[in-house]
Amino acid sequence: MADKVFMQGNEAFAEAAIRSGCKYFFGYPITPSSEIPEYYAKKAPTEGLTFIQAETEVSAFNMVAGVAATGKRGMTATAGPGFSLGCEAMSYMSAASLPAVIVDCMRPGPADGEILGSQGDYNQLTKGGGHGDYNTIVLAPYSVQEYADFAPLAFDLAEKYRNPVVVASDGTIAKMMENVELPERVEPKGRADWAVDGINGRGHHNDITTCGDGPEQWERFNLALQAKYAEIRENEQRWEEVETADADIIVVAFGTMARVCLDAVKLARKDGMKVGMIRPITIWPFPEKAFANYIGKGKKFFVAELNAGQMVNDVKIAVNDNASVEFYGRLGGMIPSPVEIYNKLCELYK
Amino acid sequence: MSIVYKRPEVFTDEYMKYCGGCGHGIINKLIGEIIEEENLVEKTVLIWPIGCSVYADKYFKADSVCALHGRAPAMGTGIKRACPEDLVIVYQGDGDMVSEGMAEIMHAGIRGEKFTVIFVNNSIYGMTGGQMAPTTLMDQVTTTTPYGRAEVNTGNPVNMAEIIGNLPECYYSERVTVNSPANIRKTKAAIKKAFKYQMEGKGLSFVEILSPCPTGWKVKPVQAIKWIDDVVTKQFPLGVFKDRGQEEK
Ligand SMILES: Cc1ncc(C[n+]2csc(CCOP(=O)(O)OP(=O)(O)O)c2C)c(N)n1
Ligand code: SF4
Repeated sequence: MADKVFMQGNEAFAEAAIRSGCKYFFGYPITPSSEIPEYYAKKAPTEGLTFIQAETEVSAFNMVAGVAATGKRGMTATAGPGFSLGCEAMSYMSAASLPAVIVDCMRPGPADGEILGSQGDYNQLTKGGGHGDYNTIVLAPYSVQEYADFAPLAFDLAEKYRNPVVVASDGTIAKMMENVELPERVEPKGRADWAVDGINGRGHHNDITTCGDGPEQWERFNLALQAKYAEIRENEQRWEEVETADADIIVVAFGTMARVCLDAVKLARKDGMKVGMIRPITIWPFPEKAFANYIGKGKKFFVAELNAGQMVNDVKIAVNDNASVEFYGRLGGMIPSPVEIYNKLCELYK
Repeated sequence: MSIVYKRPEVFTDEYMKYCGGCGHGIINKLIGEIIEEENLVEKTVLIWPIGCSVYADKYFKADSVCALHGRAPAMGTGIKRACPEDLVIVYQGDGDMVSEGMAEIMHAGIRGEKFTVIFVNNSIYGMTGGQMAPTTLMDQVTTTTPYGRAEVNTGNPVNMAEIIGNLPECYYSERVTVNSPANIRKTKAAIKKAFKYQMEGKGLSFVEILSPCPTGWKVKPVQAIKWIDDVVTKQFPLGVFKDRGQEEK
């Protein structure tokens, strides 16, 4: 039986990561992510963990790259300003096919900005952030339960595709407490055959490099990465639908904003309005498949985000520009009430 | 007939891309010889920097990874913590270490990471065409100090072996050079000692190697060798700056 506990989001994630066999954590303190390093620091002696408070996020991300290169499970956690510093390593780890897990407790930027709930890093996380043509899988939890569930999932996906995976929470999901069923412990796997952990009887040496050897080779390398991303797009789109079948308006929201919108949808349904919701769970790959059934059927889409509309273009692409797509967002760490969203829905429903 | 000099077997058949008279090739070979002689090939993880040695992973039949510019000590931290039994070799140039990666090397030293750093100081950016490094000598002409390095705008050269040797958690720090057969032998002894300390589980072992870059310095290889004796070693004196193995005896 899995344990059911009342726990804070960040701590539940950290505990779930430890249970998933992630024994290495490197990080630099930043609100609202700091409970994750603190949890690792506290549990280090009893759980046999390695915890380093790195000198910078630049270093923390590169330390994670080091552990990932040995085929073992390692991670870091940060927030927008730190993630910006880590983007160099995100580009690197993507090119090097390293299975690392990174938590981004998103903050409202730009710059140091504010610390409360926000989705201001959507573009940075889903469109690259670092240089070059790369993508990372991005999981966006909307509850403490999902946050905890995404620890083992993130490592499994990272290893399946040998690609970095980001878990994108925010100050709300990170700091609130909810009932959560923690995942079972998994035993660490054996050595990975591609890893750089010393030959030690493997019979051949391994080599990880991200330096090109001429344009022909580097184009082939890039095409192989693109083929991997196509496979991920095909297999890993995740979303949840709520009352979409008969809906005239479909709300599109993820993470914290999806919680607010879910209540707004309920209020609207109570009033007899046919409103449903698509909640992207992976924001990369964006769940385009969720929209396929609703294209050209006269439905309206209403995108709600805690940013200035960073997901809107992805929705427009998903509906093939064949439906009206409206947007409502709050900035700076402001979170709308369900009634605020409900009122917007009423305007749209007219 | 006995063989007294040969190509290390740990080398692949790949051609080395270094210029004639470059110190990198000599240093790569010393590393190859030592890990072979000490039976450490199977345990070795080489971490290469961004710089002229960026392709060195191709030269060794040992596990290798090429890190981002300046980040090799951070990557090395992750690798050594995950594989404490391995011989982790962090190889860096002077631009890579002293400019882009100053935070990473300093904090690896502050924490006393238990790997070996091979620091190739050629007092210039070789790979990018001969720009100034923090280790560039006063008055040295580079493409970004066309009138010679002056204190006013750029400060003074940075002596890493002394700085790292001063950190409490550094176990061993020595500066050597590869400009003569005798000095190459001393360099080999220093690297060997550093690897020995690492395999004994000691703190950071750091070997700074003054290395000729005739292309960047725009001189002939023989002049480069002489310049190390006449000029470079005046700023960067050879010697041991920390050897806790000796002190503890
Ligand atoms: C982030 C980043 N900045 C700059 C560069 C360009 N770059 C490549 S090698 C190099 C300097 C290398 O000089 P050094 O470390 O002294 O090594 P050498 O080539 O002399 O062996 C620079 C600046 C880069 N690759 N990445
Ligand atoms: S440029 Fe200098 S450091 Fe680079 S390979 Fe040539 S001689 Fe060596």
